[in-house]
Amino acid sequence: MASFWAKEVPATLLVAALLIWVMPMLIGTYTLTVLVIYGMLGFSLGLIWGFGGILCFGQAAFFGLGAYTYAIAAINIGDSTLPMLLAVLVPAGFAALLGAMMFYGRLTDVYLGVITLVVTLILFKFINSTAGPGYVIGKARLGGFNGIPGFQTLNVPGRPDVYIFGDPFYYFCAVLLLIVYLLVSWLLKSSFGRVAIGIRENETRVALMGYDVRARKTVLFSIGAAIAGLAGALFANWGEIVTPNLFSLGQSAEIIIWCIVGGLGTRVGPIVGAAGLAYLKFLLGQQSMIDNTLLTGIILVLFVLFLPKGLVPAVVSLWRISFGQRRSIRKHGARRIRSGSMGNG
Amino acid sequence: MAEIVLETVGLTMRFGGVVAADNVNFRLKAGELRCLIGPNGAGKSTFFKCVTGLLSPTGGQVFMRGHETTGWHPHQVAALGVGIKTQVPNLMDGLDVHENIWMAARRFLPMQDAMRKTAEVIERLALGPIARTELGRLAHGERQRVELGLVVAGDPWLVLLDEPAAGMSADDVERMSAIIRDMTRTAAVVIVEHDMQFIRSIASTVTVFHQGAVLMEDHVDRVMADPTVRNVYLGKKA
Repeated sequence: MASFWAKEVPATLLVAALLIWVMPMLIGTYTLTVLVIYGMLGFSLGLIWGFGGILCFGQAAFFGLGAYTYAIAAINIGDSTLPMLLAVLVPAGFAALLGAMMFYGRLTDVYLGVITLVVTLILFKFINSTAGPGYVIGKARLGGFNGIPGFQTLNVPGRPDVYIFGDPFYYFCAVLLLIVYLLVSWLLKSSFGRVAIGIRENETRVALMGYDVRARKTVLFSIGAAIAGLAGALFANWGEIVTPNLFSLGQSAEIIIWCIVGGLGTRVGPIVGAAGLAYLKFLLGQQSMIDNTLLTGIILVLFVLFLPKGLVPAVVSLWRISFGQRRSIRKHGARRIRSGSMGNG
Repeated sequence: MAEIVLETVGLTMRFGGVVAADNVNFRLKAGELRCLIGPNGAGKSTFFKCVTGLLSPTGGQVFMRGHETTGWHPHQVAALGVGIKTQVPNLMDGLDVHENIWMAARRFLPMQDAMRKTAEVIERLALGPIARTELGRLAHGERQRVELGLVVAGDPWLVLLDEPAAGMSADDVERMSAIIRDMTRTAAVVIVEHDMQFIRSIASTVTVFHQGAVLMEDHVDRVMADPTVRNVYLGKKA
């Protein structure tokens, strides 16, 4: 824990500051903002899947729930501060209920996948069918297939007429991602996080040690949903409209692909995978030669075949191989010099 | 008379038409070391699983230090201060020895004490040289020893071990029996075991299971001399 505060936090802050500063020179901030948001969404699944061993096929459900919660609350309240908070709490609460039902019901991995998938489908179908004028929450019409446009976007707390958009919104999202990253890093270093990793490794053993695995998995699942909900709220602000497509299965599948490609079991991997693949999709969207989804599929297959651990672990081990050798050469050199000087003396 | 730490009353477990444990009445005193033996399918492991909460018995009751624990989850049983080692090794393969033992110690101790306890257990079980090695890379004997370390780290007053000596070399078995004897200073120990050499080396009272029920209960030497036990356990020839 000491090295976490002394080394890891300053290093993370430094790298993040550099990235936040340099990236807008390479990519427009409007695109960059959505890459950061997807990064956060990928990170949410990377946490519960990579460290908790919970494969959730419905992370998009929490993303969409966050976005819709924000939109509906923003229309009713008018100021964006409380809606942002609700967009984190509602998905977290929903996930806590869903998670408790699944984990206390002793469901195994496959059924967990099926249930999260079906929940996403139900939400998608439900929101899609709310086009009628009867579907109203407060002042907000759910709007069915057309979604909800025209809600209050992010503003300076307490001042609904001072909006945060454009470049400041990019910095807002990037700093939020950094904060979430640091909080999760701290969580994973804490006893709770370490036991969560133990649960990923062997659930029975952790239970036999006397830990309540069900409660712990439910809490972790809920934390993942909170992060996804936050990403959803930011996405709603970025797009200035929420549609049922947020809940689509395609979206859910994409999050899983981001995690696999970026590197499961690492913190940076899912963020890199999400931002990288989303940027690739953005670039490909500007031409019509190759189909977008086809290429995403090919990339996934190639990664599973040749880099099954993902991009970030591969880069890290490459780094270690090259640097490890260089360091050992230097050591040998130093030893030789020392023995030489001893011989002379 | 010493306190009864583990008692089952009429414990029964049915799988469909098969009665795996049939009306088992079992009592264990504090500080006692007890081995459960019996041929394959005698119901030892089923009994073990019913006691530890890995299975929920169809009938009967389980008591631990006066608490009725029938149908409890394993984590609730373990939280009482019961150390459990299952037949199949259950370890966190991706984590190192230190992290594995730390997690067991952390359950009952605050952070600093857990660190101290971990160092102490690693020292006691002579795991020092492999403390930072991932479990997945260790040999079978070492893994068994680490799993005992997990049990010890929780400072249990009741220890339940399912085949701790299975597949181990003679040296490993010897070290294992030393560790177990050490455990009995602070805990009552129940061991399900096949290895008669091992049971003799820790010389204890033995409960013989046969066809789901308790056949007899006595000191290991008398049990081994008993013709009925020799019949069921070793086959008709003996």
